[in-house]
Amino acid sequence: MKTYFQYPFLIGMIFLFAFLIYLYVRWYTKLSKYDKVRFRKFWGTKKVWKAIYDSINDGLLHASIFKKNPVLGYMHMSLAFGWFLLIVIGHLEVVVATGGLNFPFYYAIFFRYFEPVHATTIAKIFAAVMDFLLLFILVGVALAITKRFYKKIFGMKHTTKLKPLDKVALYSLWAIFPLRLFAESCSAAVYQNGSFLTNTTGAWLGNIANSPVIYQGSWWLYSFALCFFFIALPFSRYMHIPTEIYYIFLRNAGIKTKKTWESYAQIQLYSCSRCGVCLDACQLYDAGISDVQSVYFLQFIRNKEDAEKPLFGCLICGRCQVECPVHLNLNDLRTALRIKASKPLTFSYSYTQKPEQQSADTIYFAGCMTHLTPGTKKSMAKIFDYVGEKVWFMDEDKSICCGRPLMLAGQYDSAAQLIEKNTELIKESGAKNLILSCPYCYKVFKEDYILPDINIKFHANYIKELIDQKKLPDSKLNITAIYHDPCELGRGMNIYQEPRDVIEHYSHRIPLQKSKDKDQALCCGAGLGGINLTGDAKNAMTHNAMTYFDKFNPDVLVTACPLCKKTFVSDRRIEVLDIAELVVKAIEQPNELKALPHREKSYAIS
Amino acid sequence: MKKIAVIGGGVAGLEVSKQLLEANIPVTLIEQSSKIGGNIKNYAYLFPDFYNAEELLNSYHYLITDPNLQLLLNTEVAKIDFSKKTYNILTKDGISVPADAIVIATGYNTFDARLKEEFGYGIYENVITSVQLEQMFKNKEIKTPSGKIPERIGFIHCVGSRDAKVGNTYCSRLCCVTAIKQAIETKKFLPSAEIFCFYIDLRMYGLLFEDLYLSAQRDYNIQFVRGRLSEASEMLDKRILIKVEDTLIGKPLQMSADMIVLMVGMEASDFSKQFKYHNGLEVNEHGFFNPINPHNLRNLTSKDGIFLAGTAIGPMSVGETLDHARGTALSVLSFINAN
Repeated sequence: MKTYFQYPFLIGMIFLFAFLIYLYVRWYTKLSKYDKVRFRKFWGTKKVWKAIYDSINDGLLHASIFKKNPVLGYMHMSLAFGWFLLIVIGHLEVVVATGGLNFPFYYAIFFRYFEPVHATTIAKIFAAVMDFLLLFILVGVALAITKRFYKKIFGMKHTTKLKPLDKVALYSLWAIFPLRLFAESCSAAVYQNGSFLTNTTGAWLGNIANSPVIYQGSWWLYSFALCFFFIALPFSRYMHIPTEIYYIFLRNAGIKTKKTWESYAQIQLYSCSRCGVCLDACQLYDAGISDVQSVYFLQFIRNKEDAEKPLFGCLICGRCQVECPVHLNLNDLRTALRIKASKPLTFSYSYTQKPEQQSADTIYFAGCMTHLTPGTKKSMAKIFDYVGEKVWFMDEDKSICCGRPLMLAGQYDSAAQLIEKNTELIKESGAKNLILSCPYCYKVFKEDYILPDINIKFHANYIKELIDQKKLPDSKLNITAIYHDPCELGRGMNIYQEPRDVIEHYSHRIPLQKSKDKDQALCCGAGLGGINLTGDAKNAMTHNAMTYFDKFNPDVLVTACPLCKKTFVSDRRIEVLDIAELVVKAIEQPNELKALPHREKSYAIS
Repeated sequence: MKKIAVIGGGVAGLEVSKQLLEANIPVTLIEQSSKIGGNIKNYAYLFPDFYNAEELLNSYHYLITDPNLQLLLNTEVAKIDFSKKTYNILTKDGISVPADAIVIATGYNTFDARLKEEFGYGIYENVITSVQLEQMFKNKEIKTPSGKIPERIGFIHCVGSRDAKVGNTYCSRLCCVTAIKQAIETKKFLPSAEIFCFYIDLRMYGLLFEDLYLSAQRDYNIQFVRGRLSEASEMLDKRILIKVEDTLIGKPLQMSADMIVLMVGMEASDFSKQFKYHNGLEVNEHGFFNPINPHNLRNLTSKDGIFLAGTAIGPMSVGETLDHARGTALSVLSFINAN
């Protein structure tokens, strides 16, 4: 008997494959010359195995989501891995049943229709496995539907908002497996060719399944659900399924996000599954901002909508990047796009006055923001003095910005001009060491300056070295301290341990909860990336962060960033010190605990 | 007899007490420090006429011996129980003061200049606040900590006022004229000193304030530079290097000074600020108490029998504070008569 119900599926499938091949090729051709070479060479290396491992781990098993949230992990895993197995084992079943590879492309998908008689033991085992897999997926679908309406069960505060084509894809995805169950149950009702699941549901259906309209209709519906899903897929968030694998391979080939928005960035854009894990990591909710988070930002860009607000209304603190189960370089993507979207400033910077050139072994560059926290500057001078380090304080009087703030604002060319001026000064000094007390400076000096002969050190690491070399005294203060990881230093430069060591050397550090520590540390609320955030929005985030710290009732809050310091100080609930100030306090007055100047009294009034 | 408690022994609390005592109403006056007077104790002279602040304060001293006044010094309020009709003030020492009416005259705090770290207060020894300078006037000696007579002094306006970065967006009103008063006073002490005022704009709101500003320029050669201080740093000889943009000339300016004086603004007191976190009384976003309305119900809170006097509701000069306090006393009297 000739059948027609497979055509919707076939049309959808062919459309999807054609579209994907077109995109894959297009993305490849648009990679830079060097990235193409990287990608070609990659195929002969061991890195391929790592890519395959990542694909299975992240693309199919969703291990990263599993670790964060087992229920959400199961949901993703059952749909991805379950469906994958259903396809693979389904085809295996057909191969065994037909004894060869000579069957049409769609045969396995509608196998219960085409091969109604299942008599052998092997066929029964296959039927049981297939039923089990279907059940495995159906539980995932049930969870997905539940999540949409009761996100709190999943421990999620936020779930993503959907676009119309997302809805088509989402609802057809939800429909595929219940419809498959329905169609296979009909077959099972008529031919008893199912197993524990479909035979049971088939028995419930009973004689209804004998009606040709119901029987044929059920397979038509199943085919249509597949068709709708495949056609909507490239225009919905489910495009992440095929793109993510591509991204994993490119990533493992060593390709990096550039300052310019290019093909690799485009691929990351499509790799976002819009799972919404980034939402709960975002502190902008503290300020009532719920439309600029990474998932929406990427969605805006993909839909070519006006993305000014999500692009510039984010602190680039990187909390979401840590959480992203697809490992997208969200900070780099935003920065690259800011550069692309910004009209270049036409400043010449010719007015900047260079400080008088000096030659020195060690340079200290305080940076604009350390100049706003002279306590840190003065403490560094005292430390240099104490250990007898001869230092050229490069920007003591006349200073040229490091360039990082401009870069975060998308003004790469302007930043490059400043970088050039500073580079020249540093090179001419003949220095071997460059010490920085601002994480913003540190990041840009490490990543964007070309200073091959110079050892660039962050002040906390420098102090740690001095302690290890016994150049600084051991004089512990009898105070409790919380360490706040600055975004640019922790998530930005992966420096976590040295500041902790220094603080533990000089005071009693109170550890924070894991969910608010190290790479999950809170942002102070005033990250320089937050270009168009209002003061009120920033204050709300600062307030909540301080409320969290205040619960531990520390004597001081220690940080290693002048911006964090200034921001937290304005809240006034806890005394805030830069790590260098803590060290100097310990050296100068080891037995004296000063009255806390900023603490606002809060006694209860009813 | 109704029991009246006044919280705060500054000029506002003193004036309310004085008015009530004159009407033969007994008053309990609660003051956290060991002396009456509040912030006015820090001042040598008052603008615009250089009236002696101590003289003004002394005019209240006779109240201490009034038998109708129960004065509780060194007493800090821990809690006010609003739950019963007669309110109950609990002090930190465990004393309980029942009251049918409470006048809140808790005044203001001066801005903690350490919060504006880029100006170097608490870090550089030659950066002082306007409160410290006033103390120097009282001691009749203006010297740097190293004993030097300053030759160039900079007055920095709007420290902690009109500054969103420290969370205070409002104008403290009185610092401009105080700076001019202090600049003139300094010039009288040190006739050869060079004096500069760095301002955003000068808010000479009072009747005679503008005259004082003119006189500062004409008679005392005080120089005014329009521009907000961006940062101060310490030079090797401990002098202060200030960086500021002269916005009238349109050029950045660097200048060294032997001493800079930070004109610290007025902030809500700790007592009122706590209501930002606890329920009980209404405060505005700056932490000052909110009267029912700022026009004709300026002394009343939404709680029956709770009154406000003086700078607890926002920055005010001494004269304005006393006027406001007399209004409050009148409101308390009508409250007593009505009940």
